[in-house]
Amino acid sequence: MIEIRGLAKSYGDHQALKDVTLSIRPGEFVVVLGPSGAGKSTLLRCINRLVEPSAGEIMVDGTSLSSNRRDLRLLRRNVAMIFQQHNLVKRLSVLKNVLVGRMADLSPILSSLQLFPEADVRIAHHCLEQVAMSHKARSRADALSGGEQQRVGIARALAQQPKFMLADEPVASLDPKTSRTVLTYLKQSCKESNIAVLCNLHQIDYALEFAERVVGLSAGEVVYDGPPDGVSGDIIRRIYPGLDDPNVLDAAQRLTERRRAAEAVIAAAAANPGSIGERA
Amino acid sequence: MSLQFVVNKPRGPLGWWILAPIVGITVGLLWWSAIGTNLSISGFVAGLPWIADFIDRMLPPNFAFMQRLIRPAIETVQIALWGTLLGIVLALPICFFAARNLTPHGWVFHALRQVLNVMRGINEIILALIFVAAVGLGPFAGVLAIAVHGAGMLGKFFAEAIEEIDEGPLDALRAAGAGTLQRIVFGVLPQVLPAWIGVVLYRFETNIRVSTVLGMVGAGGIGFELISSMKLFAYEDTAACVLVILALVLLADLISSKLRAMIR
Repeated sequence: MIEIRGLAKSYGDHQALKDVTLSIRPGEFVVVLGPSGAGKSTLLRCINRLVEPSAGEIMVDGTSLSSNRRDLRLLRRNVAMIFQQHNLVKRLSVLKNVLVGRMADLSPILSSLQLFPEADVRIAHHCLEQVAMSHKARSRADALSGGEQQRVGIARALAQQPKFMLADEPVASLDPKTSRTVLTYLKQSCKESNIAVLCNLHQIDYALEFAERVVGLSAGEVVYDGPPDGVSGDIIRRIYPGLDDPNVLDAAQRLTERRRAAEAVIAAAAANPGSIGERA
Repeated sequence: MSLQFVVNKPRGPLGWWILAPIVGITVGLLWWSAIGTNLSISGFVAGLPWIADFIDRMLPPNFAFMQRLIRPAIETVQIALWGTLLGIVLALPICFFAARNLTPHGWVFHALRQVLNVMRGINEIILALIFVAAVGLGPFAGVLAIAVHGAGMLGKFFAEAIEEIDEGPLDALRAAGAGTLQRIVFGVLPQVLPAWIGVVLYRFETNIRVSTVLGMVGAGGIGFELISSMKLFAYEDTAACVLVILALVLLADLISSKLRAMIR
């Protein structure tokens, strides 16, 4: 269980985040929607303190973690991160990039001599299997395509065996087909290991498709927090103030309605198992 | 054919008149320096016969003398090798703290950059004179001189390479809870290594060139033979020295440019 209480961040006069409070259950897949500059990246970077928040509290399993060295290490062991630009070390092999995820627990001296415990190498290989990249373990990271690099980025995050994963626009620079593949791997592998995910997205359609819960962020404030079914045209307009694109609003409305209908069918089938054959 | 003059008028209230003080100051400065250095075309023309005479005395080069130059030439390369290596050893611990993006405090960055500037600011020959006084005549003084000056230059270039890296992977390492040593080994070094190797090769090439003259102040290498042959007016021997130095420099240049091409 991850709890964020009253998180705020200001840069000079500009308030990037205003009093954000969220709690995320284990294994939950939460998508953060919001326009550029709404504070999505700041929110994620404040959670693992790559950016020091101005105020607020991060609690992992009921323990409040401050910014002293020990707490920071504990926090970052439990909270993994995936970046928009993958942030792999390009000249290192895929396997070594994934081993970066294990580093918090490894001896700095031995790992710097390129010596890694076999158990950790096994974990790294397993994580590569989870994103179907084990065949490229020995390749250099810069030899991979964008989608493959992001899958390695996911494997690196998985290798941390975290409780919680932050994904900062993981598919913003990928084509639609690759985006879907990457998001599918992300969701699937986190479900397997019961890792909660907080994922920033720009694409409303992917958000509605993959999210179990949507958080709408606008001008540093949470303006929506609920199931994807609840994201109506009005909500979209509230998250993206000034957006008056009938296509987007329409598409969102239709997606939501279709989803509600599909869930109603499933619910009805569950309530009345005998009738499923007739329906099909 | 009609031509059009396409140049923007300089901005500012003075317009083209801004050129007047620029031209005036430049001409004045150069005139002043010409007086200070006794610059004279007639002097150069009058000296031409003497230059011809000097070259005439150097010819033909004494090729037999080259045999005696093999050892000093090898010593020159050895000075350059160890001078470069010790320069790297001195520069490495400094460069991480002298890079704006890794330094723990602004003042550490500024202080170390000044240290590097001082090391780089003193010419190798002057450093060699100091080290000859400290450790005595011979190539070791040359090694130390090259190491100190080289460290100043290598440290600056190493630090600048670090400042140019992509910080994304460092964020990723930080987010994964990696320590400082791990961030340097896995985040910084892989990114800067190609640039560093290029700088080191360039420095080695420069050090070969420098170590050919260190002998003039008694710090070992082929320069000693050069200066003593001139003092004995044995200009054919001097010519042999110049040829060997030329060969060394060209060879170093060739090898380092080949190796640098291989890294890219």
